[in-house]
Amino acid sequence: MMEQIILVVWTLVKIVAIVLPLIVVVAYLTYAERRVIGFMQGRMGPNRVGIFGFKLWGLGQPFADTFKLLLKEIIFPANANKFLFLMAPVITLATAFAAWAVVPFSDGLVLADINAGLVYILAMTSLGVYGVIIAGWASNSKYAILGALRSAAQIVSYEIAMGFALVGVLIAAGSLNLTEIVHSQSGGLFSWFFIPLFPLFVIYFISGVAETNRAPFDVAEGESEIVAGFHVEYSGAAFALFFLGEYANMIMISALTAIMFMGGWYSPISGESWIAQPSILWFFVKTGFFLLLYLWFRATFPRYRYDQIMRLGWKIFIPITIAWIMVVAVLKVYHIGPWFS
Amino acid sequence: MKIFRYLNSLTLKELLKGMMVTGKYFFKRKFTIRYPEEKTPKSDRFRGLHALRRYPNGEERCIACKLCEAVCPALAITIDSEQREDGSRRTTKYEIDLFKCIYCGFCEESCPVDSIVLTDIHEFHFESEGKNVLNKEQLLQIGDMREAEVAQARQNDAEYR
Repeated sequence: MMEQIILVVWTLVKIVAIVLPLIVVVAYLTYAERRVIGFMQGRMGPNRVGIFGFKLWGLGQPFADTFKLLLKEIIFPANANKFLFLMAPVITLATAFAAWAVVPFSDGLVLADINAGLVYILAMTSLGVYGVIIAGWASNSKYAILGALRSAAQIVSYEIAMGFALVGVLIAAGSLNLTEIVHSQSGGLFSWFFIPLFPLFVIYFISGVAETNRAPFDVAEGESEIVAGFHVEYSGAAFALFFLGEYANMIMISALTAIMFMGGWYSPISGESWIAQPSILWFFVKTGFFLLLYLWFRATFPRYRYDQIMRLGWKIFIPITIAWIMVVAVLKVYHIGPWFS
Repeated sequence: MKIFRYLNSLTLKELLKGMMVTGKYFFKRKFTIRYPEEKTPKSDRFRGLHALRRYPNGEERCIACKLCEAVCPALAITIDSEQREDGSRRTTKYEIDLFKCIYCGFCEESCPVDSIVLTDIHEFHFESEGKNVLNKEQLLQIGDMREAEVAQARQNDAEYR
């Protein structure tokens, strides 16, 4: 009995230890986004709000934004379904956070080391679409329902390409457990999966960008056409939850790309020095790099038209992933190359 | 050949080129001016807050001809006048409603004695209702405060006036 209580408390502590830093990272990701995009457009970005009177390049900005959002009123649209209207952001956020349970930050540093980690993550990221659909429907607004429909179609389409890309990974690694997948990439830069699975790696990340409804695949929010898409009617804390969920998903996709294609916590160089040791820092560096790519994409590319998004997902990504799965299977069966010997 | 075009687009070459451009701009000099600390230079013809000027002997310039009141497209100027003891015509009331004013500068152009001018003050605000109407005393005060700058700006621009 006592042991069970300790287990529950210990698990709760671990959950808090994952979720709290995650929220802080999300807050500073919004800051980094505005700053990086500003720099790429020849602007400064936010550099005013300091902390306790110290002007730290605007590092107080995320806190100012958060407190502003939390203190604002949540406005309910006329005839909106109040229960679903409030449930939608909770679903989005819960699924975004739940997926983090199986992410290994370093060797053995994982909340739930389950065997079907990959499948669990696919399931959780797929469930996120319900938050979007329910939000769009419960808002009782034309823009919201249009945004929700677009978003749902897009997420469902790109899920397939994403799933196929992951099939390639699991053939190569021979396991669904994320820790095992990273272990099978040990041994320096050239044993990481992004080399034999290069097309899958590119497709996985691009699908991930589409899956999180980020630029250039942000037709679901398309400001110029449908204002803000599924979350037009949201304000205050409810809007903040959507924001949190979206950014947590971005970090999630970046972390997964790092784990499945870039060797997780392994160092790109081999040797005896401290920098060559596998460590959580390498995991953070890789995740940060993919997050930077997200922001870089947003600063660079104009939004895709809706039919172009669908064409890319169905006619290009899915055929390529299927073809490359064959290639990976052949490589694996005949033990070709340094990765499959 | 269509097939080569497809293969070419599969390399994502053009997307990477675009990212190179934004990547280069990331490290370039930023154009932002940090406003309260840094300011852009203002033209001598800048049209900001109004002022009434005086002659060097302290006599107010305005002779209440009401040309500015007549030319004002926004009807922002209100003038009352009377004869002073020494027989000259002067204003008893000279009010400008800054909410109506569109800062077109017609009043300054129409003024035969260079009395009403637009200074380069553009940072001002009102803290209570009614403060948007400047009366004669306030306008003269602004003029006294900014006489040197106003005169210099008119001097610099004299060739074109």
